[in-house]
Amino acid sequence: MILGRTERGTPPVEPVTLKILVAGGFGVGKTTLVGAVSEIKPLRTEEVLTEAGRPVDDTTGVEGKHTTTVAMDFGRITLREDLVLYLFGTPGQDRFWFLWDELASGALGAVVLADTRRLEDCFAAVDYFERRSIPFVIGVNCFDTAAHYPPETVRQALDLDPDVPVVLCDARRRESVKDVLVAVVQHAMAYTAEHRQTVTT
Amino acid sequence: MVRPYAMTRGRTSHAVQHRLDLIAVVVAEPHVDDPEDDHSLSPEHVRIVEMCRDTPQSVAELGAELDLPVGVVRVLVGDLVDEELVHVNRPVPPAELVDESILRDVISGLRAL
Ligand SMILES: Nc1nc2c(ncn2[C@@H]2O[C@H](COP(=O)(O)OP(=O)(O)O)[C@@H](O)[C@H]2O)c(=O)[nH]1
Ligand SMILES: [Mg+2]
Repeated sequence: MILGRTERGTPPVEPVTLKILVAGGFGVGKTTLVGAVSEIKPLRTEEVLTEAGRPVDDTTGVEGKHTTTVAMDFGRITLREDLVLYLFGTPGQDRFWFLWDELASGALGAVVLADTRRLEDCFAAVDYFERRSIPFVIGVNCFDTAAHYPPETVRQALDLDPDVPVVLCDARRRESVKDVLVAVVQHAMAYTAEHRQTVTT
Repeated sequence: MVRPYAMTRGRTSHAVQHRLDLIAVVVAEPHVDDPEDDHSLSPEHVRIVEMCRDTPQSVAELGAELDLPVGVVRVLVGDLVDEELVHVNRPVPPAELVDESILRDVISGLRAL
């Protein structure tokens, strides 16, 4: 039953893991974005929540109608043997805030995908990351049928802080998604450095 | 088909389970030989040890692979930690990563994809 076990004395590499969240309205391209860069087909993981949206932490009466199962898509990028980046698509509905908290805790940053035909769909995500001081970038997913607006117009419409990057992207294209992710990491670095300065001075 | 929470015998609170992150990494202890010999373990416990032996696995990956809710995976992993069959590496908080300049490595890694 045990196949291909590592030989004694050669322990497996224990990687450092990081996560970036991918948020935005239903159908905006979250799963597409994750799939464009993930080395695995996007996987699903599930959380069982109570009606109130809290993770189930007591099993009495767990079975059946008082709980909801929420699925999250995620992908993996092995940057190095010892460095692995995970991308998590956030569940679309606002009532799963508790799950967002769990996902967001310890996240390096986030991408909020926006569709210019229905920008209001990403308001909730923008509010959320602003309130929690989680560094995020806006990825404007350029659907072929949508009119293309300059980033500054999107920034104004979303009332973003001037330092929040707005990146035009195509969630289907790997190169484009790589650029978005690099923007998230760069912004996270700048954000953390600035935040630290504010704290120490 | 077993109801997922029946597998954990109704337990959900576990010291180690507390906020076990989706990207926390589960590593099988090298001294563990044949977890299936341990009759207190369920088949799912044994699967987790097997899966984490060659390649450490994140909690999210274990959930996806075993088709179990994350809450159940947390409980099962907690049992295995108690039995000293696996250990768990919690993710480094992002604020500490800046110091270690890991983020620079992430950027160059992404560009090189
Ligand atoms: N034309 C175009 N279609 C896209 C783009 N991104 C996603 N789609 C399509 O939009 C639909 C919804 O995408 P999906 O990733 O499932 O959205 P999600 O609900 O945010 O996960 C799918 O049919 C995608 O193929 C894009 O950049 N351009
Ligand atoms: Mg999706």
